[in-house]
Amino acid sequence: MLDNLKILFHQGKQYIPDITTAELPGIFRGRPEISTEKVNEAELVDICPTNAITAGPVCIDLGKCTFCGECSFSFPNKIQFSRDYKISANERSKLIIREGINEPVELNPAVIRKEISDYFSGSLKLRQVSAGGDNSCEMELNACGNVNFDMGRFGIEFVASPRHADGIVITGPITENMAQPLQICYDAIPEPKIIILAGVDAISGGIFEGSPALNRSFLSAYTIDLYVPGNPVHPLTFINGVLELIKKRN
Amino acid sequence: MSHISISNNETIPLSSIPELDYPAFLEQNILSLKNSAGSHCVNYYGIPWNDNVRLICCIANDELSSINISSALVETGKPFNTFSKQNPAFEKFEREIHENFGIQYTDHPWLKPVRYPFNRYNKNENITDYPFFSIDSEELHEVGVGPIHAGIIEPGHFRFICNGEQILHLEIQLGYQHRGIEQLFIEKKKLLQRATLAENIAGDSVAGHTVAFTNLWESMCNYQPGRDLQLSRTLALELERIAVHTGNLSAMCTDIAYQLGSAVYGRLRTPIINFFQRWCGNRLAKGLIRAGKTNFPLTNELAAELTTLLNAYERDFEEISEELFNLPSALARFEKTGVLTREQAENLGTVGISARMSALERDIRYSHPHDLYRELNHQLLLKNHGDVHSRARLRKREIDQSIAYIRTLIQSIPGAGTQSVQLASPSPNSFTLSLVEGWRGEICHAAVTGENGELIHYKIKDPSFHNWMGLALAVRNNEISDFPICNKSFDLSYCGHDL
Ligand code: SF4
Repeated sequence: MLDNLKILFHQGKQYIPDITTAELPGIFRGRPEISTEKVNEAELVDICPTNAITAGPVCIDLGKCTFCGECSFSFPNKIQFSRDYKISANERSKLIIREGINEPVELNPAVIRKEISDYFSGSLKLRQVSAGGDNSCEMELNACGNVNFDMGRFGIEFVASPRHADGIVITGPITENMAQPLQICYDAIPEPKIIILAGVDAISGGIFEGSPALNRSFLSAYTIDLYVPGNPVHPLTFINGVLELIKKRN
Repeated sequence: MSHISISNNETIPLSSIPELDYPAFLEQNILSLKNSAGSHCVNYYGIPWNDNVRLICCIANDELSSINISSALVETGKPFNTFSKQNPAFEKFEREIHENFGIQYTDHPWLKPVRYPFNRYNKNENITDYPFFSIDSEELHEVGVGPIHAGIIEPGHFRFICNGEQILHLEIQLGYQHRGIEQLFIEKKKLLQRATLAENIAGDSVAGHTVAFTNLWESMCNYQPGRDLQLSRTLALELERIAVHTGNLSAMCTDIAYQLGSAVYGRLRTPIINFFQRWCGNRLAKGLIRAGKTNFPLTNELAAELTTLLNAYERDFEEISEELFNLPSALARFEKTGVLTREQAENLGTVGISARMSALERDIRYSHPHDLYRELNHQLLLKNHGDVHSRARLRKREIDQSIAYIRTLIQSIPGAGTQSVQLASPSPNSFTLSLVEGWRGEICHAAVTGENGELIHYKIKDPSFHNWMGLALAVRNNEISDFPICNKSFDLSYCGHDL
């Protein structure tokens, strides 16, 4: 007993007091800032492993970006990654960052369904489905609930049964072999329900884009409520994105 | 001898690999395993070869630090005798060859689908109609779990046959995570795309798979990495080992409902992965390891931070471990649960902790050292009982060992010696094989290039490929309620297996 108390005492305080303003340690590649400097755009576009960069004007699509940082190493005056981890959006187009525009990525309240605020603002239970995920986003989603990030304090939790869930969080590029289980799981969640895509693989297929082993038809059948970029998603990106989505709105 | 003997990360002309007729190929490889205790198969697979299949068998000799490569050309659709009949460690490899190329094995004990890849030979076979083993009995019942599991983990289907609460048989069906990675290695032509693919094979083994790819690629391009690069890679591998083992101990505590252990180990993992973020901007080390260069040189400041962090980590880690491994209620759940005997492990050819827990000496850091492992003079850590407790204890001891290695490694940080160079293109018509001891065990990447040095075949083997069958055997005669702790203590990869 005493030993246990001693251990508890030695841990000190581990939780991050304010999730919305926490500073990340060291370097982090969050929202990119693209200057209007003239560069060889063809060369820049060619660097990217996932075709996330387009030219004229130069844009980076956070739904395709793996945050490898390579573009920024080659063109440091053109592209810099800020430590801004609030990069979730509820419209696919909002994930595209344009040169010369240095604004936060935000959710568009106009397209958030009314039920989300009505039903889920105080409590949200999520079912996670890994559909070809590489276990990195899965580990970070698990970390959301650990003693550091403690997402449970906001009433947001992952649950075992889709019957208990208010929505689904998909990771991975959605493999052909997982297409049916994903559909069955989604169908088992009672209405109203939300869909969150976590990580570059889920949003665009990432580096697996175009693989014949994928079947992404599920995504064209439904409205996506939240896109959370990252490779993997950072817990702070996920938690802040979800908090914005379910915020009480009148 | 009709094989060519190479060392880890050696590139050889493809034409130097002897081609045997199938019966001689079979006999030679079976005999070489039988006659040398320190030998095991690190990879055995097929390459499409002008409408036929070229089988490549890679047998590692742990005593000589060599790998013997031999091959045979066979026709699809023809019947062949198996290796598996004489050496069960080949069972999964031959199932894969059957699934990919339709090779008909006449005497395979368990010729079942492996992962239902998109380019499988028989497209009529579908993941929904996997042929499960079943027993017709009034007394026994079946329990199906998955593919989607209760927690946030990857999908796979477990089918148990139970007698009351007791597991008689477990069959594990995988393939749900198949993304066609090996094919993408060929199709995506840029080096950065391939490095990104390597990082995404298994997100919990980013360092493991990326070092395997990078070492292989550099060897193909005839590039010798400087000490700074080798140090970064060795360090990344050991940090990854500490991070995942710590997370695993946390999860094992969760599975036995030991809250304190779960919380403390869980939070101890955080500073380790946050160090990766300080170093390279990504908590799981994505972006850190690149062929022929590094974007994130290891500085003296980073090393100093790491020293402080490890000191703090170690104190709390030792304290909670002392508590856990003396806690009767924890030991009661760990000891004699989920046993894989040495004989079983050897027969199946398990690797990593899943081998060393049963006193099977298998560790690439020791047998085929790469990067700075030769200098570290890695000492094998072994346990004897092959149970959950052995797996947990080994993790604890491996963490201690990794901490000691890291302290040695960062005593002197070489300056950022490596200038970013344009790598030459890979040698034409060549074969290269790269072995890395990831935290989970032996990772093997092998590549073949064509006439212009272009990649024409890429083969990946995650340690889980060997070990899943070990889990299936270890749970026999255990209570089904002990399955989660057994599963967690093996901690195998779905995506690494399914590719
Ligand atoms: S950081 Fe993103 S945009 Fe830049 S090269 Fe990497 S994937 Fe492409």
